[in-house]
Amino acid sequence: MGRLEDLLTERHERHRHDVLVIGAGGAGLRAAIEAAGAGARVGLVCKSLLGKAHTVMAEGGVAAALANVSERDSWRVHFADTMRGGQYLNNARMAELHARESPDRVRELEGWGALFDRTRDGRILQRNFGGHAYPRLAHVGDRTGLEMIRTLQDHGVHRGIDVHMECTVFRLLKDGDRVAGAFVYDRERGRFHVFQANAVVLATGGIGRAFAVTSNSWEYTGDGHALAYQAGAELVDMEFVQFHPTGMVWPPSVRGILVTEGVRGEGGILLNKDGRRFMFDDIPELYRDQTADNEEEGWRYTQGDRQARRPPELLTRDHVARKIVREIKEGRGSPHGGVFLDIAWIRHKLPGAAEHIKRKLPSMYQQFKALADIDITREPMEVGPTTHYAMGGVRVEADSQMSTVPGLFAAGECAGGLHGANRLGGNSLSDLLVFGKRAGEFAARFAGEREQARIDEDQLRRAEREALQPFERQGSAGEGPYAIQHELQDVMQNLVGIVRNEGELRRALGAIGQLRERAGRVAVQGNREYNPGWHAALDLDNLLTVAEAVTRAAIERRESRGAQFREDHPDKDPQYARFNHVIARGADGAMQVQRAPLPGLRDELARIIEELK
Amino acid sequence: MGRATFRIWRGERGTGEFRDYVTEVDDGMVVLDAVHQIQAEQANDLAVRWNCKAGKCGSCSAEIAGMPRLMCMTRMGQLDLERPVTVEPLKAFPHLRDLVTDVSWNYEVKKRIKPFKPGPAEADGGWRMAQSDVDRVMEFRKCIECFLCQDVCHVLRDHQLHAAFAGPRHFVHLAAIQMHPLDTEDRLDEIRTLHGIGFCNITKCCTKVCPEEIGITDNAIIPLKERVVDRAYDPLRILGRRRIEERQSGP
Repeated sequence: MGRLEDLLTERHERHRHDVLVIGAGGAGLRAAIEAAGAGARVGLVCKSLLGKAHTVMAEGGVAAALANVSERDSWRVHFADTMRGGQYLNNARMAELHARESPDRVRELEGWGALFDRTRDGRILQRNFGGHAYPRLAHVGDRTGLEMIRTLQDHGVHRGIDVHMECTVFRLLKDGDRVAGAFVYDRERGRFHVFQANAVVLATGGIGRAFAVTSNSWEYTGDGHALAYQAGAELVDMEFVQFHPTGMVWPPSVRGILVTEGVRGEGGILLNKDGRRFMFDDIPELYRDQTADNEEEGWRYTQGDRQARRPPELLTRDHVARKIVREIKEGRGSPHGGVFLDIAWIRHKLPGAAEHIKRKLPSMYQQFKALADIDITREPMEVGPTTHYAMGGVRVEADSQMSTVPGLFAAGECAGGLHGANRLGGNSLSDLLVFGKRAGEFAARFAGEREQARIDEDQLRRAEREALQPFERQGSAGEGPYAIQHELQDVMQNLVGIVRNEGELRRALGAIGQLRERAGRVAVQGNREYNPGWHAALDLDNLLTVAEAVTRAAIERRESRGAQFREDHPDKDPQYARFNHVIARGADGAMQVQRAPLPGLRDELARIIEELK
Repeated sequence: MGRATFRIWRGERGTGEFRDYVTEVDDGMVVLDAVHQIQAEQANDLAVRWNCKAGKCGSCSAEIAGMPRLMCMTRMGQLDLERPVTVEPLKAFPHLRDLVTDVSWNYEVKKRIKPFKPGPAEADGGWRMAQSDVDRVMEFRKCIECFLCQDVCHVLRDHQLHAAFAGPRHFVHLAAIQMHPLDTEDRLDEIRTLHGIGFCNITKCCTKVCPEEIGITDNAIIPLKERVVDRAYDPLRILGRRRIEERQSGP
């Protein structure tokens, strides 16, 4: 024990801010900009370098009812679309704020230098996307996320924000009930830092790394979800994990990398190995009136014909993903276990199609060319579902984004509520902007109104001891972190994936428990400087927490709705339409799942939903 | 496809050595996969930066078999696997550990660049721009900040003029905001002085390694140089300026 005691005597680097933002993707940057603009001293902590967060991967666009392409669009329609996509489990107030405010947030971004593709009269161009009634996604080719994050980054660096790159938050600190800051290690040196802040904004993104096939990078280990849970906050809707229907399936090393829905928005079609356009075979009742019943009409829709209805490839992501899984399971898949996504076929419709594709989908063209030797202007792609997005997250108050822990805010993917049971494409980038801004604004206000929260030295000592335990076990029989991480990913992929049933979910829960025991014995080699093995070991706890939350909530929802499909309960059950699953740590330390009734709907919103059903 | 040897730089802060790792590879793999496999199976503490693994975030820059490239976009088929494949950290920045370097200087330079400043918005809060004007700048906006161009630039790599020269990445950024259809800011003087564009002698190494195939030299740096020259070294303008100065300092 001598060695550990020596390490514990080191001094921590101390930082003091009014608002500490954790995560520097779109939501974190937007929150930091807003809080700094309100006069708060803002610290921003991120696991990677600035500008590398997963927002860069967002391809399709940002949803905002600007009504530039179709004047029939309005916040009302956007709101109704979002609610329909979320199967009415959404927090309606969040969906309302999101739909009302995203046009302003997009224009504001343009004022900060973002460049979007243009309409003929010079306004922001908008494209079609699954579940959106009108062309609604402001975009720039297929690299909208990069444009957004670079704009926020370049704007943010002039706002006096204190950026701490390549730092990971290990624990949130509390002063009684309220949040007091965070205990952090820097990845470069492995030193510990203590951040004191009256308000903390979680903007850590998703949980994709809990699954084997995912579009998410190493960063997405559910940190914000787990930190909030440990700090006593509630999580909501954790059973709903979005599997994006089109990820790359070949070569194996790129399995899971996203293929934008924009391909389908531009006219791309899904085919099985017999060349059948299987999406026409099964169109859900809720969407039948809005969906084309022949190929010609679908094509006209993608080309902006306003009389035409959308092709079935642009149905919601959960539906498309399940239909792809069915084709594969029933032996009609492509050679590498996917289905075909064909954009090359539009050459029969459009002169200069190859150039058109390269201009509209440049990253996709390059990605397939470089990684799979496929020219998408000439050949179909092979695609299959990939774990993409967590609808569930920290339960927050809609207007302020504050969790049930005073001073602890959450925005973006790690917050729950906006998307309900399923998120529409394009609603994530707008989510980041709208609620990043709100979280920053309310966090700054909260921080300014309170006495400085105190740091409790006991919490620091405990956090430090826990962080260093994997080194303590160096040379012991404990295994490395990667084997456990990979096993957890396989468990979640195979037992808590696109098609679920009670037996498999229970098996998963048992396996997660066993993995947690093993994680408690993990040993790492090397020292504290830039040691990915150590970082992976510390991330394990977060991954296990979110995996357990997803699994427990999935067990309790004995129906199929949105992103959750239970083969043992394949239909929607109206009684499950009345509540969300809320997860919190019980008094005994065990994870509890409870039912929280949906808040009542304002008459105005209820009317909009009814009118636009 | 069989086994291949990766000769990876291991060490801290400039000191270190190449170490050979033999690992199983197949055709579809990229270098980052091989590095991860080695990390998971043989060297848990091997330090490497990465994020998106799809060529979009620019984190996993390294020198592979002597060429600056993204590890996630370099496939086995592009390499001679008969010989050990060297994987080294970037050379233009201070070394931290294994394949990781300290690129924070780039972020400092960015901060010194005057931000975008738009003209007034239309009544509806938006702006009007022609697609053709937007297209002109789009190329520069593709930059993923992998800093490979900075790594090969001899002004930085060999002459270490980090204090006087912003480097190709930042000239691409400057070109993007200078040529932005809405921008109204004037940055020409500091492009010449603070950012030191004159140090670039157009060897085009930066353009050659850009994974986004941005025409860094031809489309960003040369047009900026032309504007700077036009402003600072046009004989008629020099004369005109002199006249004005004389008049201002007159009796």
